[in-house]
Amino acid sequence: MKDYLVLRVVSKLLIPFILLFGFYVQMHGDYGPGGGFQAGVIIASALILYAIIFNIGIARKAAPMWIITSISCVGLLLYVGVGIATMIAGGQFLEYGFLSTNSASGNHTGILIIEIGVGITVSAVMLMIFFSLAGRR
Amino acid sequence: MDQKKYKGEKKIDLYINIIILIFVLLTGIAAVWLRNLVASAMLLGIYSLLMATLWVVLDAVDVAFTEAAVGAGITTALLLFSIWLTGKHEKKSTKKPWLPLIGVIATGGLLIFGTIGMPDFGDPNAPAHLHVAPYYLQYSVSQTTSPNVVTAVLASYRGFDTLGEVTVIFTAGIGVLALLTGLRRRRRSQKLEIKK
Repeated sequence: MKDYLVLRVVSKLLIPFILLFGFYVQMHGDYGPGGGFQAGVIIASALILYAIIFNIGIARKAAPMWIITSISCVGLLLYVGVGIATMIAGGQFLEYGFLSTNSASGNHTGILIIEIGVGITVSAVMLMIFFSLAGRR
Repeated sequence: MDQKKYKGEKKIDLYINIIILIFVLLTGIAAVWLRNLVASAMLLGIYSLLMATLWVVLDAVDVAFTEAAVGAGITTALLLFSIWLTGKHEKKSTKKPWLPLIGVIATGGLLIFGTIGMPDFGDPNAPAHLHVAPYYLQYSVSQTTSPNVVTAVLASYRGFDTLGEVTVIFTAGIGVLALLTGLRRRRRSQKLEIKK
């Protein structure tokens, strides 16, 4: 795809905004539509767009397979970790109210953290599937 | 006067729904009909985009967002990559698939028959709107300080379900990784054996 000038220029312009939009969706999931799942997909799609249009080798170097696989584990562990933290704080598994002195703000913090965990896992898994498909042949 | 205006809006909603659903049906049939797999993949992307529009009309913005990002965006890219790995054209089958056709028509008929027993479209007294939904709508802001009820339900009230979903995605990724890299390794070792 390196020969298509229009595609190259447009995607070079768009990729930073796609990433920014992904982070916006991630952090604003509790105020508007969106959340960790959508944000993860958007962030992964920015990297996939780069890999398709420019160079899959550079994208692979920027996100090596062993890092992606460990990151996908980190997201899931973050989610489970919040659950265990609430258990240690005296509540039940994933009872976010115990994360803070105030139940409502504890809930908000819990939602933010687990959404980040979801976003990390989803984007890493999407990249994992993409790279393992694209790396063959 | 207000009542009349509201009814008019609802009617436009209905027409838009019908038009989008007709397009959904057409793209779905075309995606199955075409032998060119690349065109089929693109049609499935369009199908997802139309479904996303339908969700927006039905006021399910979060679902629309997911449908647009996953269905129209990343799935199309992944499908195109798998087609690039395998082949662009579907093989013509010599058998006439009568039995599967009868099975599909019977299942579809049963599903349509099942909708007769469902509550009316948008009925406020439907069981789904009377069970826990009023509680979520009333208390989610004060209990979680999150204005988006969907996020509050998914992440807080149903946090355990979402944990399960994330685990499913994670397992799927690990499965794909194990399948594809395992195959590559096996092929490589086969090549080495041939060289020997």
